[in-house]
Amino acid sequence: MFDAQPLSPPIVVTPELESAKPLFDRVHEWVVTVDHKRLGLMYFCYGIVFLVIGGIEASIMRAQLSVANNHLVSPETFNQMFTMHGTTMIFFAAMPIVFGFANYLMPLMVGARDMAFPRLNAWSFWMSALGGIILYFSFVGGSGLYGAGSAPNVGWFAYAPLTSRAFSVGHSTDYWIVGILVSGFGSVGTALNVLTTILAMRCPGMTLRRMPLFAWLNSVMAVLVFLALGPLTAAQLMLLIDRYLGGHFFDTQAGGSAVIWMHFFWIFGHPEVYVLVVPAFAIVSEVVPVFSRKPIFGYSVMVAATVAIGFISMGVWAHHMFTIGMTSYGNAFFVASTAAIAVPTGIKIFNWLGTMWGGKIRFAVPMLFCIAFLGQFLIAGLTGIMLSAAPFNWQLSGSYFVIAHFHYVIVGAIIFAVFAGSYYWYPKVTGRMLDEKLGKWHFWVFLIGFHLTFDFMHIPGLLGMPRRIYTYQPDRGWDIWNLIVSTGVIFQAAGVAVWAFNVVRSYFKGKVAGNDPWDAWTLEWSTSSPPPVYNFATLPVVRSRRPLWDLKHPEDPDWKYE
Amino acid sequence: MAASTIAVPPSEMPISASLRGRVGMWCLIAAESAIFCIFVVAYLYYAGKSLSGPTPREVLAIPWFNSICLFSSSLTIVLAEKAIHRGEIKTFGIFWFLTIALGVIFLIGTAREWHRLIYHEGLTISSSLFGTTFYSLVGLHAFHVIVGATGLTIILILTILGFVTRQHAERISVFAMYWHFVDAVWVVVLSVVYFITR
Repeated sequence: MFDAQPLSPPIVVTPELESAKPLFDRVHEWVVTVDHKRLGLMYFCYGIVFLVIGGIEASIMRAQLSVANNHLVSPETFNQMFTMHGTTMIFFAAMPIVFGFANYLMPLMVGARDMAFPRLNAWSFWMSALGGIILYFSFVGGSGLYGAGSAPNVGWFAYAPLTSRAFSVGHSTDYWIVGILVSGFGSVGTALNVLTTILAMRCPGMTLRRMPLFAWLNSVMAVLVFLALGPLTAAQLMLLIDRYLGGHFFDTQAGGSAVIWMHFFWIFGHPEVYVLVVPAFAIVSEVVPVFSRKPIFGYSVMVAATVAIGFISMGVWAHHMFTIGMTSYGNAFFVASTAAIAVPTGIKIFNWLGTMWGGKIRFAVPMLFCIAFLGQFLIAGLTGIMLSAAPFNWQLSGSYFVIAHFHYVIVGAIIFAVFAGSYYWYPKVTGRMLDEKLGKWHFWVFLIGFHLTFDFMHIPGLLGMPRRIYTYQPDRGWDIWNLIVSTGVIFQAAGVAVWAFNVVRSYFKGKVAGNDPWDAWTLEWSTSSPPPVYNFATLPVVRSRRPLWDLKHPEDPDWKYE
Repeated sequence: MAASTIAVPPSEMPISASLRGRVGMWCLIAAESAIFCIFVVAYLYYAGKSLSGPTPREVLAIPWFNSICLFSSSLTIVLAEKAIHRGEIKTFGIFWFLTIALGVIFLIGTAREWHRLIYHEGLTISSSLFGTTFYSLVGLHAFHVIVGATGLTIILILTILGFVTRQHAERISVFAMYWHFVDAVWVVVLSVVYFITR
């Protein structure tokens, strides 16, 4: 049972109501806002803008690689494209998007009126935004003010000694360093805020065991941000010291070590994957139960598995570096720890399947994306286990097989979960439903595009095609596969375009949603759509994991069984 | 709604929202520890790998006085906290000022050490790998002392102007956590730089 405000009629912000204020005032309100809902939306939109920019960069690469001996862009541009694509997608698309979800939903889900530190929240967002602007300013200012600009071209993991002053002249690498450094401060601020909100702002009755899984999983994400972003910040500071103060951290001629950069980067880099995928798990863990009409299967095991994933992920980084030649003990350790991650991950997949098993599944768009997520994440995990075996990795490290593997995780799992979340919570954010028919078009077109691109990308990798090459000879047997891979991009772009059209159109013409269009169970659905600035008129009191179920079914509430 | 009369047992109440400052500060400390951890690892890994001199044993002297000053500042800040929790603003101000003074003495000591190393021993951040790692690690810590001392000074000014009252005690304690963290990091840096690798 819980004490929400009476379900009030939905408030739909009509364009007329909004345009009553002068444009300047409306923009000013968004710039100075400390409201978690507005900041969450800004994070999300900011991430989507960079998702499109990063997608355009990927499309340029794929156009260049679609046929052999192609010279569509120059090799220099190609290097900038893969560097900017990777950096943008990780730091300025994926992270802001998952932070957007956490920002918007966390206070609503735990029954709070805002995040723990609203002003820090605004600061964090604007730091992230500044980071993206600094990175992209390199396109015009990368060589300083004299020549034409140039974007960073050292690859997204920027191995030493390529980043030293001798090999990376001009300022493009500095924009890369500073952009990421600044956005990293913002990321730590947001993670701090999310974790504190979860720990200290929960409404009465919401014990740790009654929190939505979304809150649990995002708290694991926040801890991983602390432990991952710190090493990255430290490594970037060392690189700046090397480049500007004549330091020797990564300078092998003075006793420094290029391999240390690899270690430091991947100590960040591997947990970073889980910073992104754990919030995706969080979205799936909310959508699957609601659309299977069953409570989540194995709640405590899900929590334990996620914590285990977070813990193990701190000790697997060197599987990115099997080819540098570690000792056999080093290899064995990282093979074993990497393979061990499959256990808690497998537990999660079985729990989602267990939730669906025997449920009354509604095949609405959010659920479709989640089902695709399950299959694709499984395949991504299987190629991950293949790559965790050191001998196999020696053969395929740095090939397109690796690219296909991690894009299966990032696109096949994370982006699919983000799309699922966007359909699921859009009615809460705007008060209107996203169009179901357009949503199905989006799903199928994007699904076809995804599989055309990333299924077939494994094959040139197995045939020996290395990543980051500018072009290739026609006699290698790679042509047809590359053409198929590039064709898939068109479908993916079309899918995203349908989604964007749907988002804009439904804002004005979508079906009015009401407070709780999906008949869901968590607290965000108890308030109006969109929620008022203060979220809840009176703070809710909860007695079980599904407070809205208790409210709707007073004859058979969940708390009787907990 | 009738449900509003349901009383929640105290055991089911989440952590009080008034503790959010402490939780947030612990998060910040965790993130900062990760940064320091990497710098310490780099220092240890590169110890003895410098291709040119001087070596740590030749030029580094254990900064006993400096360290005692910094560690004592943790004591004075605890006394300041106790004073403000009792509402004794004047005592608070005196101990708070002592804390800043001890922090500043530490910084002056570091500056003198660096001056000697740079101008007499010829050890700079770019002269050798040892110089790079030494100035980075000790400098990162000194930077945190500067940030902490700046924060302390702002609070001191507000105290002198009469804005700080007993109701700020909790926030003062949260800030003091940061100062304790900076001191604790010095335990690690001191051990690594002046004892383990010297």
